[in-house]
Amino acid sequence: MTYEEILTRYEPVIGLETHVELGTATKMFCGCKTDFGAEPNTQVCPVCLALPGALPVMNRAAIEATIRIGLALNCDIAEWCRMARKNYFYPDMPKNFQTSQYDEPLCVDGYVDVVVDGVEYRIGIERVHIEEDTGKTLHVGGATGRIHGATESLVDYNRAGIPLVEIVTKPVPGLGGLAPEIAKAYVAELRDIVRSLGVSDVRMEQGSMRCDVNTSLNRPGEEWGTRTETKNVNSLRSVERAVRTEIIRQSGILDDGGKIHQETRHFHEDRGDTSSGRSKETATDYRYFPEPDLVPIAPDPAWVATLMAELPEKPSTRRARLREEWGITELDMQSVANAGAVEIIEETIAAGASPAGARKWWMGELARRANELNVELTAVGATPAQVAALQKLVDEGKLNDKLARTVLEGVVAGEGDPAEVMAARGLEVVNDTGALTAAVDEAIAANPDIAAKIRDGKIAAAGALVGAVMKTTRGQADAKTVRELLLERLGVS
Amino acid sequence: MTDLTRLSAFDLAKLISTKEVSAVEVATAHLDRIAAVDDRVHAFLHVDRAGALEAAAAVDRGEITGPLAGVPIAVKDVVTTKGVPTTAASKILEGWKPPYDATIVERLKKAGMPILGKTNMDEFAMGSSTEYSAYGPTNNPWDLGRIPGGSGGGSAAALAAYEAPLAIGTDTGGSIRQPGAVTGTVGAKPTYGGTSRYGLIAFSSSLDTPGPCARTVEDTALLHAVIAGHDPRDSTSIPQPVPDVVAAARLGATGDLTGVKLGIVKEFAGDGSEPGVTAAFQESLQKLVKLGAEVVEVSCPHFEYALPAYYLIAPSECSSNLARFDGVRYGLRAGDDGNRSLEEVMSLTREAGFGPEVKRRIIIGTYALSSGYYDAYYGQAQKVRTLITRDFQSAFEKVDVLVSPTTPFVAFPFGSRTSDPYQMYLADLFTIPTNLYGGPAISVPCGLSEGLPVGFQIMAPTLADDRMYRVAAALESAVGTFTPPAL
Repeated sequence: MTYEEILTRYEPVIGLETHVELGTATKMFCGCKTDFGAEPNTQVCPVCLALPGALPVMNRAAIEATIRIGLALNCDIAEWCRMARKNYFYPDMPKNFQTSQYDEPLCVDGYVDVVVDGVEYRIGIERVHIEEDTGKTLHVGGATGRIHGATESLVDYNRAGIPLVEIVTKPVPGLGGLAPEIAKAYVAELRDIVRSLGVSDVRMEQGSMRCDVNTSLNRPGEEWGTRTETKNVNSLRSVERAVRTEIIRQSGILDDGGKIHQETRHFHEDRGDTSSGRSKETATDYRYFPEPDLVPIAPDPAWVATLMAELPEKPSTRRARLREEWGITELDMQSVANAGAVEIIEETIAAGASPAGARKWWMGELARRANELNVELTAVGATPAQVAALQKLVDEGKLNDKLARTVLEGVVAGEGDPAEVMAARGLEVVNDTGALTAAVDEAIAANPDIAAKIRDGKIAAAGALVGAVMKTTRGQADAKTVRELLLERLGVS
Repeated sequence: MTDLTRLSAFDLAKLISTKEVSAVEVATAHLDRIAAVDDRVHAFLHVDRAGALEAAAAVDRGEITGPLAGVPIAVKDVVTTKGVPTTAASKILEGWKPPYDATIVERLKKAGMPILGKTNMDEFAMGSSTEYSAYGPTNNPWDLGRIPGGSGGGSAAALAAYEAPLAIGTDTGGSIRQPGAVTGTVGAKPTYGGTSRYGLIAFSSSLDTPGPCARTVEDTALLHAVIAGHDPRDSTSIPQPVPDVVAAARLGATGDLTGVKLGIVKEFAGDGSEPGVTAAFQESLQKLVKLGAEVVEVSCPHFEYALPAYYLIAPSECSSNLARFDGVRYGLRAGDDGNRSLEEVMSLTREAGFGPEVKRRIIIGTYALSSGYYDAYYGQAQKVRTLITRDFQSAFEKVDVLVSPTTPFVAFPFGSRTSDPYQMYLADLFTIPTNLYGGPAISVPCGLSEGLPVGFQIMAPTLADDRMYRVAAALESAVGTFTPPAL
């Protein structure tokens, strides 16, 4: 059964719940720091450890960030809303209830437009609400790092109380076979929007953005099917694969006359499939009620209006504008955006590089290196100004492409700006005709057979001698100059 | 020499500030009194002799001055004290030493008030008799066979037994006022949000209010002024200046209530108060009229639903607030022998750590919040709460304060109501409406019935704490104070 055949008999409905960890300096309800990677349990206090008697106080920066996300997603901002308690027991959740929002979210009823294959799709946003993260449990002594077989469990509460924003879409029907691609495009767009606001680093691989993917299938004309929820999908590619995998898996069950059970499923990055998690047949009763330790949130409309006025340019608008300015295709722009390179290329151009030059280095050499090191482009070790300076040296003919790559290695290794690396390593292109003439003559003398062929008019053989000259000049000669000089010395120019 | 333990906080502060006695002498006198009588009273769960003497010495060295500098105080064990055991009278926190002070404790320390120790209470402040303490009950100094009220029975008994001149209590449904009434002492519940809850081990967040306990109205007001005021660490703390309760108490003590309208609640009549309680209340009311007050009957039709609404809201919040006591991070851990699952350890810890009343309320609250029942119980109770608030607001359009007996009955013998929770819950019949509304209320001794103290309750609009102090002090000037038999 092919995927296309499945889609002739079933209609998928998808829904996405995305968690974004906000990049506030302090936690949601106390003044503890939120630095990533700190020693376990060094960023904790009575409040985030839920010691008896401790009370939460809301972080205004978290509310502001949530409102800005809501506005950027075209939501209405509640004039009055409350936090709620979601009660359940878990060892890494200090209070044994999560302070969240339930029936009174801060932002409601928005949308995000995404473009796939040139067609625009509108994804409805049900709600954007604010909640807190839990701590992390580490199981020690077992082979797998899982609780089974572990001799002890350690809990790190550094993450407990870091603000999270949950963005929930409305169910999206009618996408047909493009549902996986559109799901992926939505998450990518969401990531770009949140990133443009500067409220989170939205790094899926570090878990500061994570996605739960809901999928159901129904036969045309029938009611929506039972959905499954694939939890914690943490890459764009996996979002797409998770939807596709569920469509194929569920259709198999339905074809056999089976029933889909409401459950959570785990996505396996390595295999690309999902396995059953917690059954939701008997829904957990979270016993929500309004959080009595916190006063209601009533954002001043004037403040909301100011935040609205200060929203940055929409990523999609900005991309269209830059695409025009840079003169590149939609597809190229998409790959730049996917690499998270829009800002950095823009800065490089602003620092004096041509759009083509800026794109070449960031999307080529530096993207490769970032990939190898598994870091963001911004952390690869070169600045936009340095890349612009490098390109300038190439444009001036002081570096050829090969030398420029070597210089860039030096820059990334921290040896200084391109000009400094070039000087220190002695990499400048040799255009001194005297020195080159000597090298050319040497090559002719060392290869009389080839020289004879060239004199006989077999110009194509010149490449071998050019190569020999390049070798003796350690790549620093300008190949074009060498070729001209060679032909001149052999009297065939 | 005068027995220092018999003096008011005001007099003690004056003697200390004029160097007639040292703060260390005052603290020592109280610590000695505790050593002499507390085996019979059992007001204290923990006495911090060293800490109290050190704080007193700092005052004697002139490091701290202020209206109550050097006056010792007892603190209910539900309030965190840094490095000093705090258990909320529960097994689940046995031996726990908080790494931080509650805001009100910080303020006591800043005011130079030596903390004598932590007082007994009903476990997690749930109860009306201090019989639910995991560490045994407190005995009423008026009659050691009777309850001292609850949940703050330890704080009230410490005052009545002259073990401390001042104490801190917490009032969720009457836990400051009801013990005050049955021990012949004064206890005030400030406006909700007027005193910080930071460091107060939560029972019911929307109701809990820490407040002052003393033997006189003036002392109560002096302590009120020390602990009240905005705290940025408590989101529900009110960012407004505290009314001058001390001045109001002194004004009231002049005995003039001309033009003050006292409201009596029609629906409180015939609620089964003991005749002696009703008689003492009526006599006191007449005395207030003689001081110039006018008595007006008002109707608060929803007060009759206050008790059921309270017994849904408070357990609901407590079922959530007490979830943190799971044996993972602090306090008791039971069943952790390496063979049991996490869930079993949590469950065994809670089974071993919580007493019967706490379990009863957690179960009631869990049920009331569960989906399918939320609207019928918790949601409905919140609506009743709104209606009760409106009853208060419309009453305060007609009168300055509302008055009633504090409790329907005087101190009862141990065990007489523990078998029937509803009979126990009736002890807070008159105090609970105020907690649902959030306004201030105070209980002042107003007479005796069968040789046991009766309390007079004065309820005021939110943020009008000064108004209730004025009436309370006037009443005290008219009826005097009541001294328990010698221990």
